[in-house]
Amino acid sequence: MGLYIGDKMMKYEEWSKLAIKVSKASLWMLHFCTGCGAIEMPPVMTSRYDMERFGIAPMATPRQADVLLITGYLTVKTLRRVIQVYEQMQSPKYVIAFGSCTINGGMYWDSYNTIKHLEKYIPVDVYITGCMPRPEGIINAFIKLMELIDEGKARGWEKYQKYYDKYKENQRRVFNFEIEGENEEY
Amino acid sequence: MDVMGIAIKVALLTAYAVIGTCVGLLFMGIGRKIIARVHNRVGPPFYQNFIDVAKLLSKKTNISHGWIFDLALLFSISGILLTLLFLPIGGVQLLSMEGDAFLVLYLLAIPALGFALGAGASGNPNAGVGVMRALVMMLSYELPFIITLIALMIYYDTTSLATIVRMQSINGVKSWAITMPPFMLAAFAADMALQGMLMEQPFDIPVAPHEIASGPMVEFGGKYLGSLMLYKAIALVAETTLFVDLFLGGGVVAHGNFAFVINFIVWLALIFLLFILSILIAASFPRFRIEQAFGFYWKYEAIIAAISLIWVYILVIK
Ligand code: SF4
Repeated sequence: MGLYIGDKMMKYEEWSKLAIKVSKASLWMLHFCTGCGAIEMPPVMTSRYDMERFGIAPMATPRQADVLLITGYLTVKTLRRVIQVYEQMQSPKYVIAFGSCTINGGMYWDSYNTIKHLEKYIPVDVYITGCMPRPEGIINAFIKLMELIDEGKARGWEKYQKYYDKYKENQRRVFNFEIEGENEEY
Repeated sequence: MDVMGIAIKVALLTAYAVIGTCVGLLFMGIGRKIIARVHNRVGPPFYQNFIDVAKLLSKKTNISHGWIFDLALLFSISGILLTLLFLPIGGVQLLSMEGDAFLVLYLLAIPALGFALGAGASGNPNAGVGVMRALVMMLSYELPFIITLIALMIYYDTTSLATIVRMQSINGVKSWAITMPPFMLAAFAADMALQGMLMEQPFDIPVAPHEIASGPMVEFGGKYLGSLMLYKAIALVAETTLFVDLFLGGGVVAHGNFAFVINFIVWLALIFLLFILSILIAASFPRFRIEQAFGFYWKYEAIIAAISLIWVYILVIK
């Protein structure tokens, strides 16, 4: 009997291993083009750097995408939209953040209306450093994300579910100068 | 029919559906590779679409927008599967009846209606625009397609697909409809209609990812999108097979006991060639606007089809 249960568990593990293998090899991205990073995406997608050879394809809507690319600084107003988009995506979902603006504010470190640490508001799986990252850097980030998925370390979406209250609290704190009634949603 | 016969038939039908899906996914992957080569890129591996479908089906959360949304998907997939099973593949037709050429036309309209239901249930304005465009596209490409179909029916004096295929396979390649001058015109019109049916550029107006965020599919994610990809794969095989059955003798070149194997391979090669043709057209043209597509089909294609119809009529009367 024990063996039987063991067999069953083996099988389940094999299935989830297969799921990891396929989700690694087909990352569909949604590029939320803010800041300066958007300009680096066309060369990555077209013939010069061709990211489709890794199975990475651009998608039109958040429902269809697996990876959310935040390509630069975020104002408070944009952050609302980013969170809405992130919550519309189907898990497992991942976030890649571009440039120093998303890490520590970058050259907008003392700005009154941009957020400084993206990690506080949505879970980020991979950061790309630089002000502006090169296309090679972006492809490198995708390869890194694939490695993390393979090792089972890209668990940002689970973190978001687990610490939902904490994330919401942070989001509300930065939104609280906006209209009261709207705050309830985000 | 005895129980054994029914069991064998069900097994065969399932096998056809599975083969159709796999062939469709394989072709879609090869199509992506070819488009990448046209763009001077490396492109994804040819099995990429299998991986994509597997990934979508293994997603952990799947948002539904109510039971109409769920049923609409089933509606589309079952409609296209039924179409596939009614088409002679390599000369073998599993389901058949009198006048199935008309039936197939009706069945081909079911998936579009399924899309309309699903898009309506999702309540997204982009989906609404996409469905409107899809229905207008259907209206435009069906006119030339039906005229060519009528020309074929008049010439072969039948409304059954199996008879059309059988009459074209009497002398092998020489008796294919496309070898006759009037049907060359008709085949051109029908191929353009096929381009619209497959929703490839320049007629990918309903899904247009950059204008209306992929139209009817805008709210589909996870398992729903995976099923839609399966639908697309089957639709690709069914629609190219319909063209092969009508103009290329269904790929039937051999007769005899084991002729089925050869015919099957020829059928596969023919639908592959058709698909490559449509991919190459897609890779070299930008997207039409909806009124341009409508004008293209109703002005030029319909006239070409009508000329072939009149030509055939004169041939038959003589
Ligand atoms: S990191 Fe530099 S390039 Fe990127 S958004 Fe900020 S300022 Fe622009």
